[in-house]
Amino acid sequence: MAEIPIFDLALRVVEKAHPGEQVEAYVTRSRTTEVAIHAGAVESLVVAEPAGVGVRVLLGDRQGFAWAGSLDPDIIDEALGAARDNATFATPDDSLAFATLADGAGEVAELDLWRDDILTTATADKVAYALAVEQATLGADPLVRAVESAHYGDSATEVAIVSSLGVQVAKRSTGCSVSAHALAGQGGATRTGYGFSAGRAFADLDLNVASADAAKRAVRLLGAKQPATTNLPVIFDPLVTRSLLALVGGALGGEAITKGRSMFVGREGETVGAPNLTLVDVPTDPAAFGASSHDSEGVPTRRVELIKNGVLTGFLHNIVTGRRAGTATTGSAVRGYASTPGAGARALCLTPGPNSPEEILVAAGEAFYVQSVSGIHSGTNTVSGDFSVGAEGLMVRNGEFAEPIREVTIASTLPRMLSEITAIGSDLTWFPGGAAGLTLLISEMTISGS
Amino acid sequence: MAITHPNQADLLESGVVEVDVLERVLAKALEGGGEFAEVFVEDRVNNAVHLDDTRIEELVSGRTRGAGIRVLAGATTGYAHSADLSPEGLLKCASAAASAARGQSGGTHVVALSSPARNRQGETVPPESIEKQRKVELLNIADEAARGRNPAIKQVSATYADSRRRILVANSDGVLATDGRVRTRFMVQCVAVGDTGMQTGTDAPGYTQGFEFFDAINPESVAVTAADRALTLLRARPAPTGKLPVVLRRGAGGVLFHEACGHGLEADLVGRDASVFRDQVDQLVASPLVTVVDDGGFEHGWGTSAIDDEGTPVARNVLIENGVLSDYMWDLIRARQSGRASSGNGRRETYQDLPMVRMTNTYLVAGETNPDDIIADTEYGLYCASLGGGQVNTATGDYVFGVTEAYLIENGEITDPVRAAQLIGNGLETLRLVDAVGNDFDTWAGTCGKDGQGVPVSAGQPTLRVAELTVGGTARG
Repeated sequence: MAEIPIFDLALRVVEKAHPGEQVEAYVTRSRTTEVAIHAGAVESLVVAEPAGVGVRVLLGDRQGFAWAGSLDPDIIDEALGAARDNATFATPDDSLAFATLADGAGEVAELDLWRDDILTTATADKVAYALAVEQATLGADPLVRAVESAHYGDSATEVAIVSSLGVQVAKRSTGCSVSAHALAGQGGATRTGYGFSAGRAFADLDLNVASADAAKRAVRLLGAKQPATTNLPVIFDPLVTRSLLALVGGALGGEAITKGRSMFVGREGETVGAPNLTLVDVPTDPAAFGASSHDSEGVPTRRVELIKNGVLTGFLHNIVTGRRAGTATTGSAVRGYASTPGAGARALCLTPGPNSPEEILVAAGEAFYVQSVSGIHSGTNTVSGDFSVGAEGLMVRNGEFAEPIREVTIASTLPRMLSEITAIGSDLTWFPGGAAGLTLLISEMTISGS
Repeated sequence: MAITHPNQADLLESGVVEVDVLERVLAKALEGGGEFAEVFVEDRVNNAVHLDDTRIEELVSGRTRGAGIRVLAGATTGYAHSADLSPEGLLKCASAAASAARGQSGGTHVVALSSPARNRQGETVPPESIEKQRKVELLNIADEAARGRNPAIKQVSATYADSRRRILVANSDGVLATDGRVRTRFMVQCVAVGDTGMQTGTDAPGYTQGFEFFDAINPESVAVTAADRALTLLRARPAPTGKLPVVLRRGAGGVLFHEACGHGLEADLVGRDASVFRDQVDQLVASPLVTVVDDGGFEHGWGTSAIDDEGTPVARNVLIENGVLSDYMWDLIRARQSGRASSGNGRRETYQDLPMVRMTNTYLVAGETNPDDIIADTEYGLYCASLGGGQVNTATGDYVFGVTEAYLIENGEITDPVRAAQLIGNGLETLRLVDAVGNDFDTWAGTCGKDGQGVPVSAGQPTLRVAELTVGGTARG
């Protein structure tokens, strides 16, 4: 099969729209490489071109959807037929609409998110880089006894969004990462540490960052113990902050808001956080891994202010949630080909504070520095606001790291945590995963141990 | 079993691929010098209907069809996949996999496949034979039942979902096998609103069977269970903190053992030195009350199939017997490296993914104690009636678990409900601390994620007690 450009595939679907119906095609194709290394050898090498299409049909105010993990023309036609049939069973909803060229009118961010070296770098060089990160992790500290796994991965992804209302968007981006899981200590006393480096270009990667972080994070937890239950100030590592912001972003999404499933429902204009808390989504910033010129409905993206100086000022909307909420899309539609558009953040960012991480450690007094959390989805509820997750990290005293801690949970409620943020670090760093990280100090959480 | 619907034909019968093409593709895959090659073909249809806020919001149809080809050369696996199932497409894919795993002994290969081992599910009512309107009606019934439970139920969403997955596996050892599985699931989520805020409750049974699923599962009772969970949480007080005895109700805690010990018994993690169970075979690793089994053939289990995704027939594998570790779970590669047979635990999410060692239906076998006696025998503790998801670090054994419905046990009686909390513990310690095992049993269906791949699994257990677990509640001391 000769490769047909995905934009043309999307156009062909939309051209088949019947009179009286609207059709939208979302087509994506990627080229990906994944290398897994173990014990000095290539455990697996996967070279692939995953692709798929999602077709939405709007019959008046009823919508049908179908998807296919294949760009086979017959299967795409079958998807269009299934979407059309599915629409006849849906309940009419006058909020339903596809984007038009008038939506999100204004400037389109000019973003160059594609780096050719992802495709031009030889697979052998990528494999060699993954082998090198494993070696560097082993060599980073004598207490690292093994590397559980080392990985290299990249993707070059193209997306086409075409609708019978005239939307015609083609966008593309690249990304890559290298990572290692270090094992330190013996037997039951083993501690693990994760390190990574990510970029848009192969040339952006720095395996020394990945290996040094993996080794440091495993080694500094050696000898960790479960402490007694207590209440303490808690300092979040930038990676932990990233996960916290992603949770908060989910609760600010239009779907959660319009369906009444968020702790932020009806609170616009109210104080929801500490006065130093300003949260924005900036998909127009090319430094963000989630940067994108258009959202998943083909609407130009923009900077969306969510919380300003602790006051809730906005939500993230797509076309449907915007209409349902009596406002408009914020260019925040997000989706893959196998689902209809949701509304969410691509590049959440807290406005950094004046203090370095070191200064925050000093300011904290006796505190628990959380290196990593587990169970962040099972242990948190963005409707009730309950927050209880597993954590490991280090005690902080007199501005310095003290003994390591494991097998504890840290608990509070999300609203309480947001209002108890007493310091925000100056160390803003973009990570993959839809949000930037920085060091955060929360004045009190419950640490459950023995 | 008579074929009652065209979709019940396997991938050979329906002409998706031909045996002689598979033989040529496998020979091609070995030209670069690999020792083993395999073709995995999948054709899957998914259908779902979503109800939200009294409206039928969406009907979704999905189709996944393609082939993945892997080549083993030494310790390296090369993998390529393609949605193009024509002979040319498969041969191109075989070349790509072969070049990713370049071995030493290239040349011409002849692969002869054995006569196919065909497996078929005995589903009596194919989901395709049911009108979409009837699936819509089931959701409306659930919506009404949940709302009718209590005016505090303000939001109801519900999903009906079915999938038919047909697979074929052919490899250079001559294995040729097909399987077809239909899964059906019904999910209800409720939001209750009261003076104490908003709470959610969910119930989501799923079984490997056709539409006859609804002979045993009543949409109304699923809705009532979800609604009652949300309503219970409205009157819940903050969960306690610290170390407590924890009683896990039948079915609710199987997922804890899936995380706390199941993953650590996967041979790939053991081989990577990332399991606390390494070098522990024949050792006492758990309380003598504990027997853990992984059974890929458990009747109608959410993780059930006839063969795994490498063509190996599934089996009932005893992992821990009376506290003693008897064996790990194995896939083809890890088994080949160790000179033994696969245990039928090689699974993958789709044809785009490499298979790895995965659980199927994992359960702790029932004991002899009356569950009521376990509660009566507990002076103060936590009674967990429903758990959410969890996560384990297999290298350390440390795990966490979200509790979504729990009550205090005071003086041997279940008393007040408590709010969401996290359980935290260590797999090895928890297994040793099981001090009572009931004579009841139930299962739970879910999706297990590992290295980015999600596969359907079930977990099960009788009511049991762990002598102490760390509970991370929000009650401040």
